[in-house]
Amino acid sequence: MQEPSKPSTRISRRSAIKLGAAAAALPLVHMQTAHAAGSLKLAFWDHWVPAANPTMQKLVAQWGAKNHVDVSLDLLSAGTANDKMLLAEAAEALAGTGHDVMVFQAWGVQQYHQHLEPIDDVVEGLIKQYGPIDAMDAYLGKVNGHWMGFPTSVGTQYKPSCARISLFKKWGYDVTAWYPNKPGDAKTAEAWTYDLMLKLAPEAQKAGKPFGLGLGLTTDSVDMTGTILRAHGGVLVDEKGNMQLRSDAVQAALEYLIKLYPYLPADTVTYDDASNNKALISDSAALIFNPPSAWWVARRDAIHVAEDCWTFPMPLGPKGRYNSHLPFFWGIWSFSPNKTAAKELITWLQQRAQVETLCDAAVGYDIPPFASMHDFNIWSTVKPPLGTVYNYPIRPWHDTQTNVAGYPAPPHIATQLYTNATFNVMVVKLAKNKEKMKNVLDWAENEINGYINM
Amino acid sequence: MADGTTTVSAPALRGFAPPARRSSLRRFAQRRSTVAVLMCLPLICLIAGLVVYPFFYSIWLSLLNRAMTRFIALFNYRYLLRSDTFQLVIFQSCFFAITAVFFKALIGFILAHVMHNISGKDQKLWRGVLLVPWVIPPALSTLGWWWMISGDYSAINWLLEQVGMHPVAWLASTWWARIWVVAVNVWYGTPFFMIMYLATLKSVPDQLYEAAAIDGATWLQKIRYISLPMLRNIISITVLFSLIVTFANFDIVENLTAGAPANTTHVFATYAFQLGIQSGNIPLGAAVSLFIFPILAIFSIFILRGVGRRAQEGI
Repeated sequence: MQEPSKPSTRISRRSAIKLGAAAAALPLVHMQTAHAAGSLKLAFWDHWVPAANPTMQKLVAQWGAKNHVDVSLDLLSAGTANDKMLLAEAAEALAGTGHDVMVFQAWGVQQYHQHLEPIDDVVEGLIKQYGPIDAMDAYLGKVNGHWMGFPTSVGTQYKPSCARISLFKKWGYDVTAWYPNKPGDAKTAEAWTYDLMLKLAPEAQKAGKPFGLGLGLTTDSVDMTGTILRAHGGVLVDEKGNMQLRSDAVQAALEYLIKLYPYLPADTVTYDDASNNKALISDSAALIFNPPSAWWVARRDAIHVAEDCWTFPMPLGPKGRYNSHLPFFWGIWSFSPNKTAAKELITWLQQRAQVETLCDAAVGYDIPPFASMHDFNIWSTVKPPLGTVYNYPIRPWHDTQTNVAGYPAPPHIATQLYTNATFNVMVVKLAKNKEKMKNVLDWAENEINGYINM
Repeated sequence: MADGTTTVSAPALRGFAPPARRSSLRRFAQRRSTVAVLMCLPLICLIAGLVVYPFFYSIWLSLLNRAMTRFIALFNYRYLLRSDTFQLVIFQSCFFAITAVFFKALIGFILAHVMHNISGKDQKLWRGVLLVPWVIPPALSTLGWWWMISGDYSAINWLLEQVGMHPVAWLASTWWARIWVVAVNVWYGTPFFMIMYLATLKSVPDQLYEAAAIDGATWLQKIRYISLPMLRNIISITVLFSLIVTFANFDIVENLTAGAPANTTHVFATYAFQLGIQSGNIPLGAAVSLFIFPILAIFSIFILRGVGRRAQEGI
């Protein structure tokens, strides 16, 4: 009897190819969703507040464990002479390899947008949840109408006034009444203008505590002069890319800074981003424009100074009240193999609960991009004195807008205005070197023409 | 063999007659020069990867537009040469490098002679002490200097105040800032010159100085007619090396002034960093850094030609 033929176990060549293709695609499918094994390499800012980094590491690990994603986190420092962040951004953009998510400060998204993945879905989703995002964040984070970076709260800061309560009281002004640590009214702070600041500058100098304001080439100095320029209604280059250097508003801002210069510290032209902090902490300055980092260090090292500090918006100028703003962004490189997971992580980290946890760990240093999150408890509870940083985030009644030096010029021009500190150099040439206005304007025109045509 | 053509002796090959092609290949492989090249190949590859490739890549980058998407030939260079700020950078870079190298060579020369005249044990001690600035990472030592001269809480200003003088904002004045940047570089780099000159001085026969002394030569004449001619080659080489390193210096200026006040202390490296990395214009930054190359090439040609000529003349 002939045995019944067994079903063939041989696999045809075509089936083998199909099977192989399916097997090969399997990990790719897994990589497309965070809910599967995969890896994600993150490069975030190395926060200067000690508790902030471990909190971020904990949150990231928590998300990784929950979603079965192997997440690694590198913390990159940013600063004048140790800017690993800038170097890593440039190197990874050129090499086309590196982390999946990269941190950028201020202009980074604009500089490397051609290497970044659009994240409209992430940002629009969060806007739906939490309301509008700050206008300056949109200016820096959007390219051709698309979000290329998310304005994270981590590291993002305002640079408002931080004044010595007792000195201002001595001069007849109660800064805690201008900006109390409770909901208030913009009218109570009408007196806080640039004219008043100019009037008080000689008093501060006489008291041996000149205003710790810099005319150097680093971000704090550039942010401050840029905001003074905007508060006077001036722009060096408008949104269409046209130079507006020889305008009355620019002239007015320059003249203001020329008048202020003699009352600033002797080394104001070489101020770096640490100088104003040191001036406040060492009890040598009556006023600085800075995030609460200086107050925070004073709380640790010079408690008598910290107890006498109050943070509130920058002065009112002829064209409005503005706070300097320095946002940080998270962007996803276009070469990242795990974009979906990266987007899911960013979305999760920017949920209110996570943002508040991070903000608490940073003792209120970080500013969330959504105004709806400017009511975290941390700003009401930290002390001394109680409520000292209550007015650090912009409150609805502050009547204050944010400003980035260089705005509203097209970002590729504004970046150069900012990093070359063009306006600061103009001020130093006029105020310190006593060069003629015409010569300085000619110099600036030549420089800015180069930026425009570059 | 000493002629470098083969390392295999003739008897070893006697009686063996491989095809002509194989034999020549084997001979080629067994040449000392071939072996030497093969052994150096990893290093050659390393240098090509880390020096030659980046050099040509940076030339290519400097010819691209800001977004690195379009070839714009020499536009970046033309733009830089028309920029007032860059003209200031060229001046400051040359001032910084030439002044610093001059003083490093001068002080190193003097110190080497002083050390040469100190006896054995003491010389070892002083040599070690004087080498300290050179072994400290420049970023750290510059920070130390910055603490001593910064306008607000500096040690030097404290001393000035102790003797009833007003503190000085050293780094806020253009020329003081330039002088301090040079001074810190001189402090850091002088030990290199000293140790090189000292090593050479030790090889100068004492009889020359003794003969000069018998002839009644003064110390200045001894330096002029014995030390300087004997040290001429090492002076040339150290000056060249130091010029290369000083022109490319970044740490000192970045830590001390970061280009302030008003861009007057920027040098090529710090300005390239500002334009290339901070402004995100990598092609322009590459163009700035490449400006150093022709300047150093000219220095190198003249200095090395002089060294080569003296070597041929047996001086």
